[in-house]
This record gives sequence, structure tokens and C-alpha cells, in this order.
Amino acid sequence: MIDSRQMQSLAARLAQPEVRGRSPWADARRRFRRNKAAMVSLVVLVLVGLFAIFGSQLAAWSNEEMDFAIMGQAAQLGAPSWSNGHYFGTDDLGRDLFSRTVQGTQVSLMVGLIGAGIAVVVGTLYGATAGYVGGRTDGIMMRAVDVLMSIPYMFVLILLLVVFGRSMSMLFLGIGLISWLDMSRIVRGQTLSLKNREFIEAARATGVPAWRIILRHIVPNLMGVVAVYATLLVPLMILSESFISFLGLGVQEPLTSWGALISEGAGTMNYGTLWQLAFPLFFFCITLFAFFFVGDGLRDALDPKDR
Amino acid sequence: MFGFILRRLAVAIPTLLLLIVVSFLLMHAAPGGPFTQERALPPQVLANLNAKYGLDDPLWRQIVNYVWGIVAHFDFGPSFVYPDRSVNQIIAAGFPVTLTYGGIAFVVAVAVGVSLGVAAAIRQNSWMDYLAVGVSIGAQVLPNFVMAPLLVLVFTLWLGWLPGGGWGGPVYWIMPVVALATHFMASIARITRSSMLEVLGSNHIRTARAKGLPERAVILRHALKPAMLPVISYLGPAFVTMITGSVVIDMYFSTGGIGRSFVDSALNRDYAVMMGITILVGALTILFSLVVDVLYAWIDPKIRY
Repeated sequence: MIDSRQMQSLAARLAQPEVRGRSPWADARRRFRRNKAAMVSLVVLVLVGLFAIFGSQLAAWSNEEMDFAIMGQAAQLGAPSWSNGHYFGTDDLGRDLFSRTVQGTQVSLMVGLIGAGIAVVVGTLYGATAGYVGGRTDGIMMRAVDVLMSIPYMFVLILLLVVFGRSMSMLFLGIGLISWLDMSRIVRGQTLSLKNREFIEAARATGVPAWRIILRHIVPNLMGVVAVYATLLVPLMILSESFISFLGLGVQEPLTSWGALISEGAGTMNYGTLWQLAFPLFFFCITLFAFFFVGDGLRDALDPKDR
Repeated sequence: MFGFILRRLAVAIPTLLLLIVVSFLLMHAAPGGPFTQERALPPQVLANLNAKYGLDDPLWRQIVNYVWGIVAHFDFGPSFVYPDRSVNQIIAAGFPVTLTYGGIAFVVAVAVGVSLGVAAAIRQNSWMDYLAVGVSIGAQVLPNFVMAPLLVLVFTLWLGWLPGGGWGGPVYWIMPVVALATHFMASIARITRSSMLEVLGSNHIRTARAKGLPERAVILRHALKPAMLPVISYLGPAFVTMITGSVVIDMYFSTGGIGRSFVDSALNRDYAVMMGITILVGALTILFSLVVDVLYAWIDPKIRY
């Protein structure tokens, strides 16, 4: 009864490798790879990251050692040189600027990533909850965000740092306190457009509790937008930290950051020690550039209609 | 319109009160009092000082007094570090300076940014466009605390054209204004360019061109107004960042504005001055965002208030 020829063709058909579907993520990856500026920036970021992690292994001097031969005469003897191992020169205390820059890069990148990380977690949950629950709760939650946004946060942050003492954890807390506001607004907007879709309705109809709908169905669908804004947040966090450190209110010696190094370099440049400004500024600028370009590239890749 | 302003004020005033109370509580929570010194004061002296500044009152009474002083008499109380100066005097000394260069920087940033953005949009893909886009990308990584040293390096140390700091005639205004304005000018140029490009592609512009209006009238009368809406909504955040940036300008150029007083008081733990300036800046921010909202509602006929 069974047509063996048809069976054979069916078997052959089944034996063929399945045509692979392209997921939206694979599409996005392809679009991102085609964006040259973003790819170059990604390489730059990887290099800066490697510099932060392995830079101290390359350094001839540690960041705390003082070169007494140079101390006090940085303008004459402290210039960058291969022969004495100060690749980026030294500061006026004879400390090796290469090691200091490595350390500053570590601190600044860490502040940027942790600040953006806090923003992602808090902002996503807050925004998704407000958007999903809706109604009066939403009104109150977003009004609170409006109120917080109209506060001059840099002044409040400095107030916090002075009142509770300047420490890394306070800096993280202070930057984290304000960084999530924009994120929560963006996430709320996305959630509002998601929550009436059929798959959410289906989840609700089968009795999934609200918190699980938010975590399992809403949040994963927000990841594209969140990834884009998180990438753009990192440079903003680095800018905030550098701003505060430039004023001398951020990270304290012996720790250092790009802002603190730039501040030091800017203060001493009229003695002719220009390298103290140039090297930290170079790393600061290329990293910010790279983050902005990667963020733009991600936006184009993940959200192609938003052009 | 009137109701709209009233409703906005109904949000603005509690916000401001919240800011005052929160910063007061922060100050209160600080470890050590304002008179804690390395050498402990005799208890009687400390008690007298506390009585003089009203610090022995219950907390709620202090808050009420403080808020009442600000609301009724516009009085931020005395400085804790300089007994002969009140917070009002310190603010009054620095505020005109900040207002001068801040105001000029604001006008320059908006004027240059909008012109650059419009010029780039009407000649899309010309050298003008590339210049505008290049400048605005470059300025993204040149915040005021990077611009300030670079300007001093070039114009004071290398060329010797401009004084590196201090406050006097208009020569002293140039570098603070440029350092403060660059970042905003670039952002405004970018926003103007993209919104102008969008408006220029819309139907009403095609109609205006089709009925034979001269290009100048099309741009100035029909395209510019709708294209300004995103720029106006950016002015609120721009104002906040600008007034924050004035701290760096005051520190770096020794211009003597309120930013300097703020950082000095932060380093001296002069809480009364810090709070006074924070509250003043907060009030200005809230007022400014109110003005921006009203302006927006006035320009955009689609907004119902």
C-alpha cells in the first residue's frame, strides 16, 4: 500500500540537514559586524580592558613605588623614557605614570560598569513593574522618578560624599542612586507596549503570577533596549566619576582614576610635565568614544526601525 | 494655560520641600557636629555654640525653623565655619559671576548649536554637514573638565592670548564660556540636525515648496518651529548639567562663582553653605524646567493642557 518511492523521498528529505532559521539575535549580530566604527570601537574596548587587567604585569615600577632619583624634578627627569622603565613618565612624587594609568583605568572602568550594572538591575525591575502594574501605582512610581530627576544630583552626590565620608562604596551608592532613573523610564515605555501582546495575555490566562510574568516574559523581551542604553550609560558613569574626582571629592589617594589623573595633569601642566595630562586623557577619550560608537552600533543592530 | 502652570507648581513645591528636608536630614546624620574639632571644645562653649545656632532644639523644630527662614525671609542661616558671614552673603558674592558666564554660555551654545544644526541639515552630506557631525561627535568626549585644561594649555601657555584665570573684564569670560558651552553646543547641534532632517522630509514642507515659497521662508517660517521642539525639551537637562559644570569652571579658572563656594564648603564641611547652594540650585532647576514645559506647550499646538 505504501508507495516506497514516496517513502524514500521522505526519508531523504528528513536526512537533509534542516534549514537553519535566523534568530533575531543572529540578525542583530550580523548587522553589528557590518558596522565598521562599532567593530573598531569594540576592539579598542577589548584592548583597554586588557590594558587594565594585564597592564601592571608590563610595568617596570609598581604604582606605589617612588623613584627617588626623579622625585621633585619631574619636569627635568620625569619624561617618558624606555631606559628607566617609566614608559609614560612620572609625576612629581616620582610615581610611575604607567602603573598609575593602569590603576586609574581599572577604577574608572569598574565605576562605569558597576554604575551601569546597578542602573540595569534597578531600572529594569522598577520600570517593568510600574509599566506592567499600571494605574495609580504606575502614576506614583513615575512621579517619584520625576521628582528625583529634578534634583541637581551632582550637588546631592557631593553632599552625600562629604557627609558620609569619601569612599568607593559611597561613590558607587551615590552614582547608583541616580543612574537608574532614565533606564526605568525607557523600560516602562517598552513594557507598556509589550503588556497587551498575546503571549502576555496567554500567560495571564493560564494563571501565571504577575511577578513571574514580569521576570520570565517581560524582562527577556526588554533585553535589546536595555543592552543599548546600558552601553551608553557606562561612559556617562565614567564621566560622573571623573567629574567628582577632578574636583578632588572622588576616589582618594593612593587609589586613583582617570578624573583624578587628569586633574593632577591639568594642575601641573604649566611646569612642563605635559605627559601627566596627555596619557590619562588619551585613555579617557578613546574609551568614551568607543563606548558611544558601540552603543550606537548596538542600537542600529538591535532596533533597526529606530533610524 | 493658567491651570497647567498651577498643576506644575503643585508638583514643583513639594519637590523643593522634599529636597530641603532630605538635605537637612543628611546634614543632621553626619557624624560629628559642625563644631567638632581636633581639639575638643569645653562643654560649656559647645553648649553655648549649639544654643546660638539653635542646634539644641528638637529636630522637627530645627527643620521647621530652617524651612520657614528660607520660605519667609529667603534666609539660609549663618555659615558654621565663618561666623561673620551668612550663607546669603556667600551666595550673593558668587552668584552674579556664575550667572554672567553661565548665561552667556547658554546663549552661545543655543545660538551656535542651532545654526550649525540647521546648516548641516539643509546641506546634508556636504562639508558643512560633515564638519557639524564631526564637531558634535568630538565634543561628546570633551566635557568641561577636559576642555578647561586644554584651552588653558593652548591659549594661555602656548599662545599667551588669554589670562588663565581670575575674573575681570570680558577677556576673562572667553575661556569659561567656551569650556562650558562646547558640550551643549555639540549636543544641540546634533539634536537640531536630526529633527530638522525629519521635519524637512514631512508633507507640509513639500506643500510649502510646491506653492513656490522661497527656500528661506520655508526653512525659517515652516521648518524651524517644529524642529525646535526636541531642542527645547533638551534645554531642561542642559541647564542642570551646565550649572553643575560651573563648579569645574569656578575651580579651574578661579572665577569666584558659587561653584567655588560649594567645593570649599564641601572640603571644610560647612554644611550650611552646601545646603544653601544645593537648595538654590534645586529651586533654579525646578523653575527652569517649569519654564521649558510652558514654552513647549506654547509652541507645540498638539499639547493639551
